[in-house]
Amino acid sequence: MKNIIGREVPEYIEGVGKIDMFVGAWEKLKKGWMDEVTISPPNKAKMPHQSKSCSDLEEAIKKTSPKDGMTVSFHHHLRNGDNILVQSIDILAKMGIKNITLASSSLNEVHNPLLKYLKDGTITKIWSSGIRGEIGKAISEGVLDLPVTIHSHGGRARAIHTGKIDLDLAIIAASAADEEGNATGSHGKSAFGSMGYAGIDSRYAKQVIIVTDNMVEYPCVPISIKQNFVDYVVEVESIGDASKIATGSTRITKSPMDLRIARLAAEVIEHSGFFEPGFSFQVGAGGASLAVAKYIREKMKKTEIKGSFILGGVTSYGVDMLNEGLFNAIFDVQSFDAAVCSSIMNNSKHIEIPASLYANPFNCGCMTNKLDVVVLGALEIDLDFNVNVITGSDGTVRGASGGHSDTASGANLTVVVCPSFRGRLPIVKKSIHTVVTPGETIDVLVTERGICVNPKRPELEEQLTKAGLNVRKIEDLQEEVEGIVGKEKEVEYTDKIVGLIEYRDGTIIDVIRQVKRNEQ
Amino acid sequence: MKIIKKAQSGSFESSDIIVLIEPVEENSGRNIEIDSTVMLEYGENIEKLITQKLDSYSIADIHLIVKDKGALDPTINARLETAIIRASALQKGTLA
Amino acid sequence: MLYIPGNNPAMLQQGGIYGADSLLLDLEDAVALNQKDSARILVRNMLKSIDFYGTEVCVRVNHLDTPFGLEDLEEIVPLQPDAIRYPKTETVEELERLIQIIEAIEDKHNLPHNKMTIHAMIETALGVQNVFRIAKYSKRVDAITIGGQDLTADMNIKSTKDGSGIDLARKMIVMAAKANKIDAIDTVFVDVNDEEGLRKDTEYAKQIGFTGKAVINPRQIDVIHDVYMPTDDEIRKAYRIMKEFKKNKEAGIGVFAIDGKMIDAPVMARAAHVLELARIDIDSI
Repeated sequence: MKNIIGREVPEYIEGVGKIDMFVGAWEKLKKGWMDEVTISPPNKAKMPHQSKSCSDLEEAIKKTSPKDGMTVSFHHHLRNGDNILVQSIDILAKMGIKNITLASSSLNEVHNPLLKYLKDGTITKIWSSGIRGEIGKAISEGVLDLPVTIHSHGGRARAIHTGKIDLDLAIIAASAADEEGNATGSHGKSAFGSMGYAGIDSRYAKQVIIVTDNMVEYPCVPISIKQNFVDYVVEVESIGDASKIATGSTRITKSPMDLRIARLAAEVIEHSGFFEPGFSFQVGAGGASLAVAKYIREKMKKTEIKGSFILGGVTSYGVDMLNEGLFNAIFDVQSFDAAVCSSIMNNSKHIEIPASLYANPFNCGCMTNKLDVVVLGALEIDLDFNVNVITGSDGTVRGASGGHSDTASGANLTVVVCPSFRGRLPIVKKSIHTVVTPGETIDVLVTERGICVNPKRPELEEQLTKAGLNVRKIEDLQEEVEGIVGKEKEVEYTDKIVGLIEYRDGTIIDVIRQVKRNEQ
Repeated sequence: MKIIKKAQSGSFESSDIIVLIEPVEENSGRNIEIDSTVMLEYGENIEKLITQKLDSYSIADIHLIVKDKGALDPTINARLETAIIRASALQKGTLA
Repeated sequence: MLYIPGNNPAMLQQGGIYGADSLLLDLEDAVALNQKDSARILVRNMLKSIDFYGTEVCVRVNHLDTPFGLEDLEEIVPLQPDAIRYPKTETVEELERLIQIIEAIEDKHNLPHNKMTIHAMIETALGVQNVFRIAKYSKRVDAITIGGQDLTADMNIKSTKDGSGIDLARKMIVMAAKANKIDAIDTVFVDVNDEEGLRKDTEYAKQIGFTGKAVINPRQIDVIHDVYMPTDDEIRKAYRIMKEFKKNKEAGIGVFAIDGKMIDAPVMARAAHVLELARIDIDSI
């Protein structure tokens, strides 16, 4: 059936059950409480002076008594330098464990070796914020029987609180830890910064293993993961490739197109009415989205406007702005480069936050609820301003939901920046492949060929037009783009659902269907 | 027009298309190979442009290979025209 | 004026998005000698199909003394871009020949002789020597530009950031342009990463009278605009002058004073120019 934003979503899916339909971005928040029941975190007990040390990862995993059908979780703070996830699944597979539900906060190309486990029944279900590489491709082609669930960062926290993601084992990589399992990502040879996504796993998983390549003298500080939630501690040679985890500092793009779009977005923000003293700000980790920070920084210096906090997804660029006194604090759920790690260590105003505080909708106010301006990217956007950040134009899963729908729902001004087309593929389209973020939460689209304002914000449109910006109707922009690139041939799908797009409140906003691949 | 020699045009840059042409025996027909980064979405469109271009020059026999990196129609048409003219040894105003 | 290599589809198709005041689609120095045909056909197609959003579009053709120039004109003139830029202009005779050929092509296609204009590019010492006559020769020539790189090569001197070697040439070109009330476009600042250097160079260009500057990377556009943009104060003053002028005109008064200062024709012209740069419609005042 067509849901309230016009997406075709079946009411019942074999192997999943009845589908909880999306009812609107803020509908479920209006009551002031959540209907779903939260589960209790496990009640563990340990004798005094009992050692948690294991000689290797295999021993630790064996001690947790893994069994068929278990759910195992990981965080993705190691990005494409991760050594631990694949290793852990290799161990479980060697032990003959089957029907594993994999609940990594996200999956990257470095996890490609897992493909064989999707084919042979070792892994049968996946919860993730994003899936890329060979895994994403295989899922689009229907390698799994059951659909994967794509959630947002805030949604994952909610799902763990309610037991929808029911964690048996959490394997948490840390760049420094002590013998009791106090752990952090802020220092060590494989430092990666904030451990925002791992905290809730440590609390709710029935068994928790900390894996580190840097065992320090007790106590390990600062404490991101607390010892009273940790069962076992393992020291390994290396948790990952440091060069791929966090390199130097993030540079602003040099692409003239991205810079142009970023410049225009900064002007939109400047004239939006939200560029005021005490404003809070979030940008992406690269491309046009990060470049917006460069222009906002210049404007802040020129107008002497001081902001309140930076949220994210933090790069060294954000750290620079904090150090320049342009903002009072940084709330960091994920750090993107090495420079950020030292800021977390040394600056008390650079605050590490867990995913729940960042974006879980079901509490007394996550950080995204307080956000003024967020700048997001998009793979596709339709005429209702619905955004796709998960599937490519050929239907392949290759992106991530991440904090996109979380921040869009909370921010006073949600700006999407993207080129109107990329390598001939239109980004502004009449119909997109998958909706992750509903249009009602998107305020402005900024492309190199024009700025489009959501009709829900007529005052904003008027303000931007008055400021002399190139504001136009999204329908006109889409038509122009189609005129430039030509009409695409549409992807063909089968009836099989290979992915559910879970909105942050637990409802299903869209589905991903299996792509029909012609046998050559 | 007759294809009498090997020729190519375009580049491997993004938004460009490489067109490679080889002459073939008379009456062997049009042997067209298309490779594109947007094959699924625009492969048919590219094929149509090639057919139209070859028709407009009345070329019946040719071996034509294209490697496309998301070029727009004006670019595809320009590169096809250039390669066909070069392959017919009719190019003007350039150093061959 | 943003330079775009004529054989580069990615850059050509994005030409109109950078907010440049004008574009130079280059068939000359930016194109390899064995790709002249390829670039020509590509630029021709782009002119026909791509929307440049009202940006002024100029095409730099090859000199008629090369094997490429005539073909360039045959393909490009019928499309009537806003202007043709002619490189290495040295004598009035060359200009005469160029215009003859252009007009012949226009006649062949039933096109008027006065729509498309010509930018003469001075890149040699001889060209500098003759610039006054070149600037004066035809109403179709509406801009003189200087090619710093080629000029320093012709003069056999080093190209320096402060442009001291070509300073006289720059000033002569400006003078020739001003004498004929046409535009003078300054040469490219090559170091794309040196924003400060670009700013200084552009400020100097503005100070000596250039009305525009060539850029080779879209990132440079903002700096140029910033330098040429009148300050808020200047705009306010110009606005006031224009308002007073209109008021007095209605009352039949030609020359008037503001704050005790005489406002005569030259002051008026300067005010009008400021408003034009600030993109304020004079009619709306």
